[in-house]
Amino acid sequence: MKKADKVRKPITTRKRLFLFVLFGWLLLILGDRVGDLELYQGSFVATYALGITSVILLTGYSGQLSLGQSALMAVGAYAGALSIFNAGWHPVIGLIMSALVAGVFGLVLGLVAARLSGPYLAGTTLALAISLPTLANQFPILGAEEGIVFDVGLPPARFGEEFSQYKWFFWISALAALIMVFFIVNLLSSRYGRTFKAVRDNPVAAQLAGINVGRLKVNAFAISSGVAGLSGGLLVMLISGVSPSAFPLSLSFSLLGAAVVTGLYSLKGVILGGLVLVAIPEIADSLVSRIGGSESFTTVLPGFIVSALLILAVVFTPNGPGHLLKKHH
Amino acid sequence: MSLIVEGLTIDHGAIRAINNVSFKVPQGQLAAIIGANGAGKTTLLRTLSGLKDASSGSASWNGVSILGKRAEDLARSGIMHVSDGKSVIAELSVKDNLALTGLWQKDKKAVTAATNEVIELFPILGQRMSQSAGSLSGGERQMLAIGRALIARPKLLLLDEPSLGLAPLIVEQIFQTIKSFVKKMDLTVVLVEQNAMGALKIADEGIVLNLGSVVAVDSAEKLLNDPAVRSAYLGF
Amino acid sequence: MIRQFALPIWGSKMTQFITAVLTSLSSGAIYALMAIAIVLVWRSTRVINFAQAGQAVLTTYIGYTVIQRTGSFWIALVVAVLSGAVIGAVIDRFFMRPIFKRVKSGPIVMIAPVVATLGLLGIIQALIGFIWGITNQSIEAPVSTGGYKIMGTVIAFSNYNLLVLVFVAVAMLLLTLLFQKTNIGLALRASAYSPEIAKLSGIKVDSVRTLGWAIAGASGGLAGMLYIPGYFLYPNAMDLLLVLGFIAAVIGGLESLFGAVAGAMILGFAIIFSTTYISPKLFFPTAFIVLILVLLVKPSGLFAAKKSRGA
Repeated sequence: MKKADKVRKPITTRKRLFLFVLFGWLLLILGDRVGDLELYQGSFVATYALGITSVILLTGYSGQLSLGQSALMAVGAYAGALSIFNAGWHPVIGLIMSALVAGVFGLVLGLVAARLSGPYLAGTTLALAISLPTLANQFPILGAEEGIVFDVGLPPARFGEEFSQYKWFFWISALAALIMVFFIVNLLSSRYGRTFKAVRDNPVAAQLAGINVGRLKVNAFAISSGVAGLSGGLLVMLISGVSPSAFPLSLSFSLLGAAVVTGLYSLKGVILGGLVLVAIPEIADSLVSRIGGSESFTTVLPGFIVSALLILAVVFTPNGPGHLLKKHH
Repeated sequence: MSLIVEGLTIDHGAIRAINNVSFKVPQGQLAAIIGANGAGKTTLLRTLSGLKDASSGSASWNGVSILGKRAEDLARSGIMHVSDGKSVIAELSVKDNLALTGLWQKDKKAVTAATNEVIELFPILGQRMSQSAGSLSGGERQMLAIGRALIARPKLLLLDEPSLGLAPLIVEQIFQTIKSFVKKMDLTVVLVEQNAMGALKIADEGIVLNLGSVVAVDSAEKLLNDPAVRSAYLGF
Repeated sequence: MIRQFALPIWGSKMTQFITAVLTSLSSGAIYALMAIAIVLVWRSTRVINFAQAGQAVLTTYIGYTVIQRTGSFWIALVVAVLSGAVIGAVIDRFFMRPIFKRVKSGPIVMIAPVVATLGLLGIIQALIGFIWGITNQSIEAPVSTGGYKIMGTVIAFSNYNLLVLVFVAVAMLLLTLLFQKTNIGLALRASAYSPEIAKLSGIKVDSVRTLGWAIAGASGGLAGMLYIPGYFLYPNAMDLLLVLGFIAAVIGGLESLFGAVAGAMILGFAIIFSTTYISPKLFFPTAFIVLILVLLVKPSGLFAAKKSRGA
């Protein structure tokens, strides 16, 4: 056991922090060089990357297949919007509330979900994903169809005139994503994190080894929901408001699809996944302009591409492309 | 028409369950395959009946290879495998269980005749036709499984530990029944058993497996009297 | 067309109750059809076929096109059911079977079939968008949807609702006869209970399974055509029905057709009664709460045999 530890030099927390800060700095510099459109898209990449992280944590690491990410994002989004709009709190608090409220919701949900397996869990979360957003229509405080405004305000004056709203979005979302992903990566590399892998690979053995599988699953659900909630909060920041239609079932599919394609069992591919999700509508658009098609065509093409990718990924690279690079362990 | 197995090797994941096994069972004979638990006997039968793939080697019945074929096709061509343990469908009635091997047979009259023969052979089944198979005792279930196989008028019968978990009296009954219809129906039988004594007593040939390899092949009588076999497997 | 019944005078409370009961029955009947489709596939393949939502809406679109061409709901219904069977069989034979063969090991083996059906759902819905567009369509009911009039008050139960009940009852009867009294039915049951013993008995388990998918597809096709009149037809129109069918199947225990129907009725009554007597806003919450309750209290379903088999 000791020899293996020596051969694989584990990345310490300090090193990891350094890498993340470095990366953040790079993003900052990059942010100065690109235009508003790229900044806006970049914000979405960060947001989706967070969403994919939550899927990987839940499905890849704790083995629970859930279709409810869109619902959890919605919970986070509404929580954040309500904190800012109705309670008048600072936007940062709003985002924190997104994560917290969604996390608590996920904890409760996880208590139920931990007892479910495979298709039962998938079906239940499917039901959740379809029905939860409609709840907003029932309660006027949630703003019904039009939703609530989510306003992070203008960039602080000291950044100068040149600092656009989109750059502000980018800073916020990239920073939030970096912090959250750092936290998650740390968690997964810790001793506690290794128990996840043990449970996923062989739950019976893990149980016999003394790991409380049920509690682990519930925790995974809570944490993953918190991440999803933050992602939801960021998403509605970008679209300046939250409404039921912002979180359709297809969002869950897209996140799951991107996660499977870029590697369900490792967080290394989340940024790529985010890029894929942002790129797909663009690709669809250019495809349509090249081969022509009706408006319906344009609308359904992204969904088609995501679904096709999902099937191909499941069939041809069952463990995600990352596994193809790693040798058999 | 014989069962000829040559150099058969079967892997179960990383474990080599059967290693270079060869034997021959001429038509009309009853061969007993004995050996301790884990000797690979069940894996061997499952490969012969098409439920599992072999890694290398050959097995043929009647001159035709039986490896790599689908289990249902082999079953329809006259090779019947009565597996160990759950060999009946508990949720279906006795009558339905018996009907399974007749569903695909074209000659429905023959199926009815065969079913009646089986009921004569195992009268207890006739009394319990409408009961669920799950409510039967262990011995009755074994009779049901064997009866179902016989309705298909098989030529090669693979029996996996029919005595498992049964009282000695019933075991004796079943073994005698097997012996009797081998003669009657010109069957070739491969009988896998932990109950080495009972199996060798009714068999013509004996094959001893240990940890996946053949350690002895001989007539059953000779094996019964072989001191090494007796001390290792017969307990005296 | 409004019928008049000569009945003793009842108050509005009674009318409300009768309406609720009748509506529960007709709602439950449609959920039952979808639940049957889900249970059939689950028993034969151990997969929850999420693509059923896509299959059912696809066959309904096909029915819609038939109505455009022929003007007849009945012809469309027959076509929808038949095409449902064909599509179901094709999906099992050319999509599910290769996937099961390919994905045999690793942690993915648990979720691969589920994810595959989800992906298939997305593809079917996208295809529908390509072919028919995504704007709402509608299908007219073949008989009146006006409520019956009892002693001066109109109850929310129409000829159409009655038609749905009759159709579903007949379908149930036919399926029961098929499963219990025919050789094919026995083969289907045997293959579902124990594929290995069925194979060893000479039953072509793969073909039988494809047949199971065909029957499930036909059931979904019938459900779709009966469900849509009165609602809008768009690619995602059956998502809700799938979820309700799934919940009904879970309530009933996923193991028997009888359980599926019973579960559907329970769900129908729960939803209709809570929306009628408590609040119309409780449609989804009720469905969800019933699901959670069953999963927590008796996960193997209310009607499962005492010896519950592993999932």
